[in-house]
Amino acid sequence: MSYEIRDHKKRSASRRIANIVVLTLSSLALLVVIAPSIWIVVQILREALPHFSFSVLTKNGVGLGGGLRNEIVGTLVVSIGVVLLAGTIGILSGIFLAQYARGRLASILRAASDILAGIPSIVLGYVGYSALVVGFHWGFSLGAGVITLSVLVIPYIAKTTEVALRQVPINYIEGAEALGFKPTRILSRITLKTALPGITTGLIVAMAISVGETAPLLYTAGYSQNLPKLTLTHSPLGYLTYAVWTFYNQPTKTALQLSYDAALVIMVLILLLIGISRIIVAQTQRHAETSR
Amino acid sequence: MSIVETSAGDAKNDAEGRFQPHLLGRRTPIAIVSAIATTVPAIAVIAVLLVLFSKALPAIKYNGLHFLTSSAWNPGNFYANPVVTNGVEHPILAKYGVWPLLTGTLESSVIALIFALPLSVGAAFIVAKKLPPRLRSLAGTFLELLAGIPSVIFGLWGALTLGPILSKHIYPFFAHHAPNIIFFRLFRGNTGNGEGLLTSALVLGIMVVPIIASTTRDLISAVPRLTEEGAAALGFTEWEITRKVTFPWISAGVIGATVLGFARALGETMAVAMVSGAVLGTVPHTIYSTYSTIAAAIVTQLDSALTDATGLAVETLAEAALILMAVTLLANVAARYLVKRVSSTSLPIGKGL
Repeated sequence: MSYEIRDHKKRSASRRIANIVVLTLSSLALLVVIAPSIWIVVQILREALPHFSFSVLTKNGVGLGGGLRNEIVGTLVVSIGVVLLAGTIGILSGIFLAQYARGRLASILRAASDILAGIPSIVLGYVGYSALVVGFHWGFSLGAGVITLSVLVIPYIAKTTEVALRQVPINYIEGAEALGFKPTRILSRITLKTALPGITTGLIVAMAISVGETAPLLYTAGYSQNLPKLTLTHSPLGYLTYAVWTFYNQPTKTALQLSYDAALVIMVLILLLIGISRIIVAQTQRHAETSR
Repeated sequence: MSIVETSAGDAKNDAEGRFQPHLLGRRTPIAIVSAIATTVPAIAVIAVLLVLFSKALPAIKYNGLHFLTSSAWNPGNFYANPVVTNGVEHPILAKYGVWPLLTGTLESSVIALIFALPLSVGAAFIVAKKLPPRLRSLAGTFLELLAGIPSVIFGLWGALTLGPILSKHIYPFFAHHAPNIIFFRLFRGNTGNGEGLLTSALVLGIMVVPIIASTTRDLISAVPRLTEEGAAALGFTEWEITRKVTFPWISAGVIGATVLGFARALGETMAVAMVSGAVLGTVPHTIYSTYSTIAAAIVTQLDSALTDATGLAVETLAEAALILMAVTLLANVAARYLVKRVSSTSLPIGKGL
């Protein structure tokens, strides 16, 4: 009898120790996972802030120095272009996939979207280069850059739109139908309106991707130290990620500083976008709770 | 919604079929326009394949099957008169092989997962099971931030901060103390300046953590409470519940997320181009060796390839891109199959941010 009790105690001690060991290791894993994001942000601040002057934001690049105005404007122009082009196509395709698509055709279109999302961005960049820049004789241009990046983000926007639309409660639609709303009116007044926060966050993610992508732009948008021309073809333009990639290993100190300055501006833009999407989500959740 | 989209949460809505399509007009203009928009991804996929294949065709003819096994990366003499072989014009002595790039791509991604998988699952376990709601959302914010950091900034940090620190303080220890026997031998030798296989695999590992961790976290939270409570009532410890009840429940989804992370690591370009040392034509012989991947080679080589007047260098990059696409596609299809087994709607998680 006493033997059995001791055995039980011994086993439970080893079980408890195993439990503690696993919990400790997992907590360490969490710290290791969180550390790099803080480290990277702190490192950029440490390298960029001591030399930072606001003239960096207002001057164009000159050789390996100067400012980042051309890159900042370029990044904004490209992102807005992507939100307009990919946003239109992506939202429409999300509407179709959520509302109309059924059966075999739908699953083929969905699979195509998934396959596109899995293509490495540099492959899209290469194809954009050979098809648009060389094949269509557009040269390095805003048009080639925006189209290549749009192809990259359309699957995201389509998917987030589809999911947002699917989450609209069916009672809303049935209620509207009972009131005699026409289908198109239900779509615009009820479904899309309710799904708007989800769709918007999808667009914000697309914008964050456009701000941070490099590989699809290098050989489509090219580079220029002037402010971007707003023509679609033969209009090479600068963008922030280009500055990080090109200036980080140049021999001069100003180039390295410019690289870190560009990284800082990128991180500020991305944090801003993450912040906005958080606010939208928080607002929607509050709204959802009170309306229930 | 977050930058890291996950597939676990949407399963229910889809299965319940909340949406009744017959409520909405099928012949309205919006239905027709949106149907046309939905064909864009399909057209894009076909266009990508057509462009790549037609670009690569001369290179496939010239390089032949040796392309897969050869280690050479010699663009040939651009200044001598071009020669014609197999009907393809090429610079004299041009010889290409994708073997080092292919092994570099696979090795770095596998090593990345060896780091990322246990870290992600451990972190997800703590976040889902132990943290109070407020800290849970804070941890979620950090994962989101990690997912939102662009590849080129990971590259900057890996090349100028992480790499030098590791090669100065950490790698020499392993290099001196690793026994000179099989496998451990890989850890011996010159540790370089921090640019190389191990550093870039570490950076890649950090980059895929958000994909695996956020999916695992959501999957753990979606496990029915009753089954876990049943195990707790039987006297299981938390670890035993996790090992015997939670993990078997979510394993397919976690493997799916891991393979998606693998696919992302395979195609990752900028970070690898900045941290790998971007050396072509040699297979890495220690874990610190400089090397390159297919994606990184395309971005670093395309510029100089354009100076090949015969076009063979550019065409060879298209051939390499085709191989990269085949490998990532395989990984993606496998991942989606595994994720589909646990949820019906899978978001395109883990594509290059």
